[in-house]
Amino acid sequence: MTMDAIDLERYRTTVLSRKKSFWTTLLKQKQLVFMSVPVLLYIILFFYVPTLGWVMAFQNFQPAKGFLHSAWVGLSNFRVLFADADFYRDFRNSICMSSLNLVFSFSTSIVLALLLNEIKNRFFKRAVQTISYLPHFLSWVIVCSLVVSTLSLDGAVNQLLLGLGIIQKPVVWLGQGNYFWGILTSANVWKEVGWNTIIYLAAIAAIDPALYEAAVMDGASRFQKMRYITLPGIKTTFVILLIMSIGWIMQAGFEPQYLLRNGMNIDFAETLDLYIIKYGFQMSNFSLATAAGILMSTINIAMLLTANYIAKKVGEERLI
Amino acid sequence: MKNTLNRTQINDVIFNGFNGIFMLLLIVVMLYPFLNTVAISFNDGLDSVKGGIYLWPRIFSLQSYKAVFFGGAVYHAFFISVARTVIATVLNIFITTMLSYALSRREYILRKFITVIVVLTMYFNAGLIPYYLLYKSLGLRNSFLVYIIPTMISAFNMVVIRTYIRTLPESMVESARIDGAGEFRIFLRIIFPLCKPILATVALFVAVWQWNQWFDTFIYNSGVQNLSTMQYELMKLLTSTTSANSNPSLVGGVGATGATNLVTPISIRSAITVVAAVPMIIVYPFLQNYFVVGLAVGSIKE
Repeated sequence: MTMDAIDLERYRTTVLSRKKSFWTTLLKQKQLVFMSVPVLLYIILFFYVPTLGWVMAFQNFQPAKGFLHSAWVGLSNFRVLFADADFYRDFRNSICMSSLNLVFSFSTSIVLALLLNEIKNRFFKRAVQTISYLPHFLSWVIVCSLVVSTLSLDGAVNQLLLGLGIIQKPVVWLGQGNYFWGILTSANVWKEVGWNTIIYLAAIAAIDPALYEAAVMDGASRFQKMRYITLPGIKTTFVILLIMSIGWIMQAGFEPQYLLRNGMNIDFAETLDLYIIKYGFQMSNFSLATAAGILMSTINIAMLLTANYIAKKVGEERLI
Repeated sequence: MKNTLNRTQINDVIFNGFNGIFMLLLIVVMLYPFLNTVAISFNDGLDSVKGGIYLWPRIFSLQSYKAVFFGGAVYHAFFISVARTVIATVLNIFITTMLSYALSRREYILRKFITVIVVLTMYFNAGLIPYYLLYKSLGLRNSFLVYIIPTMISAFNMVVIRTYIRTLPESMVESARIDGAGEFRIFLRIIFPLCKPILATVALFVAVWQWNQWFDTFIYNSGVQNLSTMQYELMKLLTSTTSANSNPSLVGGVGATGATNLVTPISIRSAITVVAAVPMIIVYPFLQNYFVVGLAVGSIKE
């Protein structure tokens, strides 16, 4: 009995003093509080509060009625989504364009990093790098403007192919759906390949030069050094970047697709992002658009966790 | 022995030769589309429609640039673009660095709690429609503030800057504190100036993003011509030519016959493309050293 009373007393004093010390510390650190708590409130308002909007996916949301008075409809928005042929088409376009982009942007940037690493002339190497970064700083609007001119009837691509005798008359590249994925992947690679090499070149620079020296002593060729030293040296970077990209698999982007699509290539150009814009803003069906958005986020997170799990299973570096 | 040495030397020469040629081709592919657009922008509008302009204008003309800078709408949009980029970048850098400093103090009692809340925002996204409804209810539609307010902080940049602050010697902060400096003064006078290298990188990222935005104008401010940006003006021209016909240069020709001056859609689009791209092209090579280092800091796993 007495022991319990003493424990209780001790408990009270420690908890109370801890509470008191929390507030006194906070008061002492009031300048840090002033520097961070307003920003915290801002972040909660601008990043966390909008997630409450997800309830729209389960409502027949009408802006005039608001969240509280709109009718609840359960999963019927998702049912509408799965019955919509456009949804499947856009789902396919998103998956295919982002997979193509994933494969080609990873492979080209690794190859470019390996080749840049072999250039001995520092000035030339730097010039190539600077020029290859350029497109990264241009907006998609500018890049698409360049794509449109390059692919026009008298643009560089048609001129080149005509000159080489590969085609007999100019091709209307943006007027045929089956070229669209290729055009988009090429534009993506053109825009980002230089930028993506930065991180690989940093990883290559971090490799111990003694490994290369030892390999030379053993008579390794240039390609053997690449294959057995450089590539394993950038594997960790590669795996982390890959897992992150897989976590964005549903985000095929919407800017280039929005800017380059037209009536003739729409079947291959419209992605889920454009589907959401179409239903949300052109048809004012906020509920359906939100449902599609939730579906995208869910698939992204599932893919991220799966990729991370597989990386863990096979003993690779992992993100989470 | 001598033979094998020669063979590897020959292989090296061949490899380096091909590698050099490949790099030169890469330079051509990276630069040509842009240089071609520059040439078209300086060429006479009607003449450009005929095609066949490569790296140099055939009939030199400044008509397109006159139309851009004296045409009213685009000229105004240029200043809106500059204003949003400068204001948003300054605010974003100041607020993000201030938060990074507070969260870099190990003794700060709310440090872990706030860090988790901030970092989590990198991994989810409420989606376009919920954001739209929030901004609308906050009165950010049809307002210049929609360019500034929603982008005042970035979690990723916060992590990068905080990582950098942690590499600075703690003794400087301690000695300032012994001298009686408060946290604000330490942040403004000591930490902020020392962060210049990493802030150059982050400011470049923020400014590029701001300058290149057109989607927020499209969604929130498309009804107000006064708030239009450079990129949005270009986007309107681009979509009107691509969706009307698959061959924009021909559309340009048709449009030009009715026009009073010698500006065609293709020449004005080229001129706007150049004007929209030039600020970035001038700035980024000077910051190259910074962003290469900055990306390396950013890739450190937290």
